[in-house]
Amino acid sequence: MTRPVGLSDRPIWRRLQPIVTIVLAAAVIGVPLWLVVVTAGKSQGEALNPNLSLPSHWHLLDNLHQVWTDADVPAAFFGSLLIVVPTVAGVLTFGSMAAWVLARRATRLNAILYALGISGIILPPAVVTVVLLLRQLGLAGTAIGMIGVYMGIYISTVIFFVTGFVRTIPTALEEAAQIDGATPFTVFRRVVLPLLRPVLATATILICLYVWNDVFYAFFVIGGRLDTLPLNLFRVASAGLYLNNWHLIFAYVILMSLPLVVLFAVAQRKIISGITGGAVK
Amino acid sequence: MSTAIHPPVPDRLSPRPPSVQPRRARKAIARRTHPMWFLIPAFAVLLVFFFLPTLFNFIYAFTDWSGFKAAINPVGFDNFAELASNGTLFRALRITIVYATLVAIFQNVFGFVLAVLLERDNWLNRLARIFFLIPVLMSALAVGYIFQALLKPTGGLNAMIGTLAGHPFDYAWLGDTTWTIVVVALIHAWKWMGLSMLIYLAGLKTIPEDVLEAARIDGASRWRTFWAIRSPLLAPAVTFNVATALLGSMNGFDVVQATTGGGPARTTEILNIFIYRTFGQGLFAQATTMSLVLFLLVALMAFPVIYTLRKREEIL
Repeated sequence: MTRPVGLSDRPIWRRLQPIVTIVLAAAVIGVPLWLVVVTAGKSQGEALNPNLSLPSHWHLLDNLHQVWTDADVPAAFFGSLLIVVPTVAGVLTFGSMAAWVLARRATRLNAILYALGISGIILPPAVVTVVLLLRQLGLAGTAIGMIGVYMGIYISTVIFFVTGFVRTIPTALEEAAQIDGATPFTVFRRVVLPLLRPVLATATILICLYVWNDVFYAFFVIGGRLDTLPLNLFRVASAGLYLNNWHLIFAYVILMSLPLVVLFAVAQRKIISGITGGAVK
Repeated sequence: MSTAIHPPVPDRLSPRPPSVQPRRARKAIARRTHPMWFLIPAFAVLLVFFFLPTLFNFIYAFTDWSGFKAAINPVGFDNFAELASNGTLFRALRITIVYATLVAIFQNVFGFVLAVLLERDNWLNRLARIFFLIPVLMSALAVGYIFQALLKPTGGLNAMIGTLAGHPFDYAWLGDTTWTIVVVALIHAWKWMGLSMLIYLAGLKTIPEDVLEAARIDGASRWRTFWAIRSPLLAPAVTFNVATALLGSMNGFDVVQATTGGGPARTTEILNIFIYRTFGQGLFAQATTMSLVLFLLVALMAFPVIYTLRKREEIL
């Protein structure tokens, strides 16, 4: 036994714990997910009043196909990709460049810059006036404007995580490269960036999660002019044509959640250790 | 931002006391090896897309900017006075604070209980942890629709309660002007409890084995060890979880929009729902005013939080 004083080591509790875990997971997570799957598998008539019973005939593939073509999912999917990929690449590059210098040069100015740099983790972005600003810049309703807004919001997260991480890695490797005459940019790209891999993996997941699922900022910046998956889902769910078409809404939910669930399943262990390491250390 | 090279002055030529010398030299080297221009791209993005709009908030909240006319004129505190006089301002503030507090409590209690329940590393617990992380991955909008379907008066939950109770049950979970805000906060907490669980689990694992060993030798019971030693050592995890849950849900939107849309009778209309609604109506100045109120509310509560986060970083 590795943990002699854990609460979970009472003899009775050790026998009860697996039962409690299974019942809790089934009731709290299983029931809502079950509702999604069975409703997405029903015909329109059966799904009118969504309940937990099994469909009399499975229409899951038909429903997925109908959503895919009628709601124009491919366009929304590429809209989402068009925004998520540059946003993540941008915040990781710019954020870790800034974080490296902020972590290595402990001056008073840098302490202030760091505080400003991470303020976006907590402070809410000004969603209304950002629209006005984008209009003045000629970026209103464009993918570039949306990417800029997301970068402005989430670069703070990268600066926070990476600065903390850089402080824990010794400077010896950087110094060796500097003595060999490497420029700061070379040191950063060839020595520092590879060392940052674990923390950048965590940041990637978190930011993908936020941006892929965001609908609030997208409403203001690109609503109506460019489609993303959440915007499209909102349209599908609110449109009169689809009103109470729960089978289509839940088929959409399945389609939209799959990419993240697959990504998570592939890199599950790394993601968990990354998120927890960044937050508590 | 200077990238000029300042070579360190050799020791024997320096009139300064030796204690000052190494620091100066280090600074000069740092200027060369970690140039400040590395900060420019990140801070340019922050300036244009984050700080500038925030600054605009402080300007346009005091104008009559709207979607119905081209001119924008300053109107002083008229927007605040109007929102305060018809009760909207304080109601939205109260609802937002109640919502955020409830979410912070529920999310942390659930996350903590799950972390303690699933603490031991075995295959069942690892599987269960992944199960509880699924809602974190899902879109909050999707989560909202799922619970809207589940909590309808004729929905799955009432059917289950009806079967258990033996008579039909048709409570409108999302149609109660008093309790719906609690239900929506529970849904928000349901979505994010997996993340809190992960962070509490990590906190539990950072507690050194020898401290627990010492407590056991001293004859502490399991409960006493838990409350007297393990839970105080979880402080960093609590700080992080409470801060992100509290401040994050003040900026919430999706879950409320997808479950109630602010209803019934606007009893769940948190600030961002109000901003979204008035923006859609073309009342840009009112939306900006509420956006400024939200900013000030979070900023006021964030100062102690940022301070604590930074203190914690210095310790570790």
